[in-house]
Amino acid sequence: MSISIRHITKRFDDFVALDDVSVDVGKGSLTALLGPSGSGKSTLLRIVAGLEAADHGAVFIDGQDVTARPPQKRGVGFVFQHYAAFKHMTVHDNIAFGLAIRKRPKAEIAERVNQLLRLVQLEGLAKRYPSQLSGGQRQRMGLARALAIDPAVLLLDEPFGALDARVRAELRDWLRRLHDETHTTTVIVTHDQEEAMEVADQVAVMSEGQIEQVGSPREVYEQPANAFVMTFVGQAHRLGDTFVRPHDLEVTLEPNGSTREVMIDRIVHFGFDVRLDLVGGDGERLSVQTTRDQAELLELVSGQIVYVRPMRATTFS
Amino acid sequence: MTTFLLVVVVLPIAAVISKSTGKGWSGFWEVVSSPQAVAALKLTLVISTLAVLTTAVFGTVIAWVLVRDEFRGKSVVNAIIDLPFALPTIVAGLVIMALYGPRTPLDVTIGSFHFDADVTFTRGAIYVALLFVTLPFVVRTVQPVLIELDQELEDAAKSLGAGSFTTFRRIVLPGILPGILSGVAMAFARAVGEIGAIVLIAGNLPFKTEVASIHLFYRIEQDPEGSAAIAVVLLVISFSVLLGIGALRWLVTRHERG
Amino acid sequence: MGRLSLRFVALGYLTLILIGPLAMMVWRTAEDLDGAWTAITHPDTVAAFALTLKVAAIAVSVNTVFGIVCALVIVRGNIPGRGLLNAFIDLPLALSPVIVGFSLIALYGVNGWFGWFQRNGFEILFATPGIVLATIFVTLPFVAREVVPTLREIGTEQEQAAQTLGASGWQTFWRITLPSIRWAVVYGVVLTTARAIGEFGAVALVSGNIAGQTQTATLRVEDAYQFAYGNYAPAYGISFVLAATAILILVLMIVLQPKGARR
Repeated sequence: MSISIRHITKRFDDFVALDDVSVDVGKGSLTALLGPSGSGKSTLLRIVAGLEAADHGAVFIDGQDVTARPPQKRGVGFVFQHYAAFKHMTVHDNIAFGLAIRKRPKAEIAERVNQLLRLVQLEGLAKRYPSQLSGGQRQRMGLARALAIDPAVLLLDEPFGALDARVRAELRDWLRRLHDETHTTTVIVTHDQEEAMEVADQVAVMSEGQIEQVGSPREVYEQPANAFVMTFVGQAHRLGDTFVRPHDLEVTLEPNGSTREVMIDRIVHFGFDVRLDLVGGDGERLSVQTTRDQAELLELVSGQIVYVRPMRATTFS
Repeated sequence: MTTFLLVVVVLPIAAVISKSTGKGWSGFWEVVSSPQAVAALKLTLVISTLAVLTTAVFGTVIAWVLVRDEFRGKSVVNAIIDLPFALPTIVAGLVIMALYGPRTPLDVTIGSFHFDADVTFTRGAIYVALLFVTLPFVVRTVQPVLIELDQELEDAAKSLGAGSFTTFRRIVLPGILPGILSGVAMAFARAVGEIGAIVLIAGNLPFKTEVASIHLFYRIEQDPEGSAAIAVVLLVISFSVLLGIGALRWLVTRHERG
Repeated sequence: MGRLSLRFVALGYLTLILIGPLAMMVWRTAEDLDGAWTAITHPDTVAAFALTLKVAAIAVSVNTVFGIVCALVIVRGNIPGRGLLNAFIDLPLALSPVIVGFSLIALYGVNGWFGWFQRNGFEILFATPGIVLATIFVTLPFVAREVVPTLREIGTEQEQAAQTLGASGWQTFWRITLPSIRWAVVYGVVLTTARAIGEFGAVALVSGNIAGQTQTATLRVEDAYQFAYGNYAPAYGISFVLAATAILILVLMIVLQPKGARR
């Protein structure tokens, strides 16, 4: 089921959370709403779910105008950042909730719940209470619960934000594989640019209530529409009017026309990658991302004077 | 639901207030300034204040001991604190009478020294009754605040050279003051209005041991309009206390909202 | 101040004010068990206990519903003036029981605003309805005060999740909201019950104190004392039953506390 968001505007008193936002989510795709806090991404997601109402604009799910419909009637599955687990119910009852509301026969519910428990790898935990689960387990339960009602659309609001780094990475990977299997139209809200790149087919970059760019992860990274997108998605240095990515800076031992002179302040080894922290003559700081081999080849040491030059730079009018 | 609240709470209060205006402003003033009423009100306010201050001090000590100290039977002691909440007030009166009434076992005569814990018909009776009844208020409002208080602050003060008492006075006390104050406010409201625990033990002698609530109680039969005037005075006291608590709450949370 | 000396002061004070008197009362009751038993089993006493329980049951039921609705309005509602409502809830706690009783007389007495009832045979005062009204008034806040902080703490996420899963407003309330506040409600009910059983001042004014008919247990204790003529066994006996009930309630309170009561 595709989602179509048209000219959504939302204000909270004086604060404009969303300003004439329009975006399309193709059927079966996984789209990430990426942006810093305050960009309006969560608000937009909640408007799609029906948990908030927009001041202007419309939401279409699978071609139907659902703007006036309450969340109960939209067929969306929603996963919350802090799980929203029903604390007084077991894992089984949590997952079964949507089906119990729809008065499905007990046998059918039991079978579906077991199927989902297997899918999210929580078998054997059916009788536990949420308080007895880890954060990662609770979120998987949240996902199973949302999937149980066969939603047309799956919405995830910073689903891994409350989890620690390792669990986050695992769940990210797992979510992508789940999507490849189920092909449910999914929208995920995140401020973590790495997460968006890894998981999504399509990324919509948001800032201050507006959509800055929509495109594939690669497009958004390599062909940023403006300075904000370029500096938010990945790293970028501003040199005068142009923007350069750290890995697009070339380091040489001799000056060469358009290079500038810098001193190596610190060399940080990240295993294969190496980051050179540089200081320019005017106190300006730059970092270059290069490989271990490159650094060794040039025999770089801290305190050394070297020369840098952008191999590729972007200017925005 | 607002209708429910209106019928049950607002209406009765309004009725009392309107009744008090029955004889006009001068009538109102006449009743309220009658010697017996004045004596009763004065007695109520003075003894309530004394009792509440005592409770504030000892209640804080008890809260401290319950939070920071460990000893066998502490949980039982902690539970008992709520007894004055759970006990019917008239029973509380009787309980106090058992130890501080006419047949008290605490009656010693050693030579020319005579001590008798019988306080019936004295103001001491009211004092003790109020101590009993107000005990839980301060303890229960100070405890949670004390638990929240980071002991690291006290450790820091000590490491900087502050003695125990100074640490208490400058670090702990400011922290638990909101708790003490709100407990004091509620205790005061309770003390001013108390009747059940006092009616048996005090003897209700006019000008001597008759508190405002009891004066009002007996007056209602004979003089409804006049009684209303006194009731309004008590109402004003209650409202002021409520306002005080509300203001306190607002002040405290404003601090936290930062 | 040494730790031990503080402990001594605290325990000493408690003994003087609380434990000592309580122990003494139990002792007095034990001195004349026969007298106490006779008084407890007297038909008028039994009637008094029955009346107290009946009134308490009604007051608790009414105020539980009221308390939950009130808490929902205060925490989740969108009507203006809910801050005022929150402050008003505490009113019965700050009010003297005598004023409560008096206000009911001012309203429902023969010369009161609603005196019509009393004058035409619909006895409110000096009958059970008056006692019930007085008890409802004084026990008003307890359930609400326990539920409000719990509701605040729980937040609305669980309810939103239920909505996205298809639950209607009523279903959400029954299956999600209510279970999540149940221990706060129970604790509030326990407090309400204790207060309802123990009410004296307000009821003394409105009940007429007719033994066997409009005399509650607490009124009977006072009666037994005033007309003791040296024999205090009845007063102590009935008090003992009430005190034992109070202690039972206390035990309940302790047991329920870790399950999420505010304190």
